[in-house]
Amino acid sequence: MKVLVPVKRVIDYNVKVRVKPDQSDVDLANVKMSMNPFDEIAVEEAVRLKEAGTAEEVIAVTIGPEKAQDQLRQALAMGADRAILIETTETVEPLSVAKLLAKVCEEESPQLVVMGKQAIDDDCNQTGQMLAALMGWPQGTFASAVTKEGDKLHVTREIDGGLQTVALNLPAVVTTDLRLNEPRYASLPNIMKAKKKPLDKKSPSDYGVEITARLKTLKVTEPPKREAGIKVGSVADLVEKLKNEAGVL
Amino acid sequence: MTILVIAEHTNDHLSDATAKTVSAATKIGGDIHVLVAGSGASAAAEQAAKISGVAKVLHAEDDHYAKQLAEPMAALILSLADDYDVLMAPAGTDGKNYMPRVAAKLDVMQVSDIIAVESADTFQRPIYAGNAIATVQSSDAKKVITVRGTAFDAPAMDGSASVETIGAAEFPSISEFVKEELTKSDRPELQGAKIVISGGRALASGENFEKYIYPVADKLGAAVGASRAAVDAGYVPNDMQVGQTGKVVAPELYIAVGISGAIQHLAGMKDSKVIVAINKDEEAPIFQVADYGLVADLFEAMPELEKAL
Repeated sequence: MKVLVPVKRVIDYNVKVRVKPDQSDVDLANVKMSMNPFDEIAVEEAVRLKEAGTAEEVIAVTIGPEKAQDQLRQALAMGADRAILIETTETVEPLSVAKLLAKVCEEESPQLVVMGKQAIDDDCNQTGQMLAALMGWPQGTFASAVTKEGDKLHVTREIDGGLQTVALNLPAVVTTDLRLNEPRYASLPNIMKAKKKPLDKKSPSDYGVEITARLKTLKVTEPPKREAGIKVGSVADLVEKLKNEAGVL
Repeated sequence: MTILVIAEHTNDHLSDATAKTVSAATKIGGDIHVLVAGSGASAAAEQAAKISGVAKVLHAEDDHYAKQLAEPMAALILSLADDYDVLMAPAGTDGKNYMPRVAAKLDVMQVSDIIAVESADTFQRPIYAGNAIATVQSSDAKKVITVRGTAFDAPAMDGSASVETIGAAEFPSISEFVKEELTKSDRPELQGAKIVISGGRALASGENFEKYIYPVADKLGAAVGASRAAVDAGYVPNDMQVGQTGKVVAPELYIAVGISGAIQHLAGMKDSKVIVAINKDEEAPIFQVADYGLVADLFEAMPELEKAL
């Protein structure tokens, strides 16, 4: 089967973001950007399906600026076969991303879409579910295990109470949680090879999708600051302070 | 304005987050209805009827709703959506699963995980692991919203809304429940607990959680959480993870044991009222948010703490 892996270029997870003084957004100038960590897990899962003979082709797709090619090249270096960049400099909301991905699904007819459960920039956790809805496909969100059982896909999901396994008809959308796998590092030869793999460039208008934002960001502010408190010298001190100063025991 | 809150429940028990979602709905203002869809969920429906501010509870019974699978849940919510201006659910793993599915079908951009209501169309939500707060205004005619329970007060439970039984919607037979492994614990639930004690990588094993964390938790009547590192290493199950992509908690007292304090972990606990950090590395970032820091070896400090309580 064919597997589609949408990925997103986001601020690197180790970078601490700063809010711009004019409160218009966070400051992304000269900040290290990387592939969304959950999407790396998705690429790894797709590549493993290919290595296991379950998938024949893995296609990476992203919607973002020209520089988002870096993330597609990373996906190709990890083992994806080809890539699609839908280029735009605008901020594209999950609903519009889902609409664009739905068009890609109509064109490519993948049996499976694997993607991160959320992007660590807007923390929305929506796109996979929205894509599944638009396609009328089932969804296996927050996946920690994915296996093909006959013509169904079994997805074990990390839920608030523990783990839940569902059986999905194919095609389906799976969104990845942290413990699905540990993504590989691309080797240097694979990074070199990835430069020669096909990468198609498109624009949102090629798909006839309107990407106007529905949410207007009025402002972006710093959260209330927490000041470091005091160091206590012993366990006895700690218990005394919690009882008598903080009053929480 | 008419608002539908979709209840999060385990059929016999309604979650606290559902009541807190009703609090958020009250801030928007309007008639508030609660949908309880489940299998043998009369108890949950009755609890929902008691939430102050709720005008009516809609109770849908069918086996298909027993496990809250996204496909049947979304179909049911969509069948009711015409009558409502706002659809809201707690931002737990159920709401996060079905609400975007509903939003996409309604051609609405969902507002995820709100922490404050500024007006009927303007909300605050954390972004970048809570390192920034965005105030967003929705231009969609209908609103689809998920709510971070810890950001809203629990309403009184003195209501007496009517419970109306409604029929099931069509079932998209594209998914089915296979099995579940739920973590059994006699300790309080992480997200409602007054005291949370969490362990990190420094615990070094699941046995050490048993030996050093649980006894203190039981003395305090505390829930037990963990950092991602401890869950990844297999010391404890996934549902104990506190952080950006795990559970968000805001107890009266949060005790972080052997947790260094990555920003992703801080995102899940920094709204706690009092934070205690016990860590032998005095440079650990967790001390920057802790009200009380104890630089100590947890393997010595925890038995001492257990005795002192």
